[in-house]
Amino acid sequence: MNVTTELDRRFRDAAAAENLLDVGFDVVDSPIGPLLVAATGRGLCRVWFKPDPEQQLDSLARTFGPRVLRSHASVEGAHRQLDEYFAGSRESFELDVDLGVAAPFARHVLKELSRVPYGQTTTYGALAARVGAPSAARAVGTVMNRNPIPIVLPCHRVVGANGSLTGYAGGLDVKERLLRLEGAML
Amino acid sequence: MAAIPPFERFYLEQREIVLGFLRKRLARDAAEDAFQETFLRALRAYDRLEHGEHLRAWVLTIAVRIAIDTGRRTRPTAHELPELQVVDGRPAYAEIEHLADRLPPTERAAVVLRYGYDLAYDDIATALGSSPEAARQAASSGIRRLRAQTESPPGGTS
Repeated sequence: MNVTTELDRRFRDAAAAENLLDVGFDVVDSPIGPLLVAATGRGLCRVWFKPDPEQQLDSLARTFGPRVLRSHASVEGAHRQLDEYFAGSRESFELDVDLGVAAPFARHVLKELSRVPYGQTTTYGALAARVGAPSAARAVGTVMNRNPIPIVLPCHRVVGANGSLTGYAGGLDVKERLLRLEGAML
Repeated sequence: MAAIPPFERFYLEQREIVLGFLRKRLARDAAEDAFQETFLRALRAYDRLEHGEHLRAWVLTIAVRIAIDTGRRTRPTAHELPELQVVDGRPAYAEIEHLADRLPPTERAAVVLRYGYDLAYDDIATALGSSPEAARQAASSGIRRLRAQTESPPGGTS
């Protein structure tokens, strides 16, 4: 007794259309590998480089509520804009984001991060200075490390004071690839 | 107490058994409509669950109710909606339906599936993820509990 693809999609679409979800997610393809993209009713809330639903769905449920369902409709806009970004035809994302339970400092840093322009880089120290905490480069590094919405919130544009790439959740090769895509000077 | 799983996991674990159950009871299109309604109803109630125990029994009782409602709406054939009469001393389901909500989830599901829907214990066992014997025990202890709650035992000895 198999649930057909069509019946399955009907249910998922209806659930999203009726706004019954705490989080809708889908796994989408990209030139840097599959991405797990998730959104609440308030906006995009997660992008993961290495989809691992077993663990990531639990994380979503803990943060946003248990009604977590795969639903392409929930992330359609984000998926389209990511495709455009990877195709080189989009330089900035027009998406609401939901930072969930992020602490005030992290929110402040991520908001400032979102202002770093396409194709440019900044440093952890410079970003710290922009949030009024010039000595907090390390804390800024921690926020980047835990950025819930990479690519859209462009932590790949933040590099070390000596110009080294330092680190990236998706791997340094991905960070370099995104910067090259944007035509940043490396 | 088991934690409440993300709905996606719950849905993937239960969808085949729910569809299988509904397809046995309803025509194909009606079963698919009932399938969607079952999981939408489960989703609406999901954030009010207090724990993740007995989720299969819980979703099947939702499916049973929807199947019964669908049956009533569509004036079913005898095959689709079994007669809810006293047979061989078994309780008339209509007399106990409103009481079944008070039972523990597994007993409630066993009672509803056995007496409300006339499923065989093999099928109930599949639904509950238990053995036929455990399903029979759950149904009979559910009925005992219901009898204890009512002045005149449902079904009686007539």
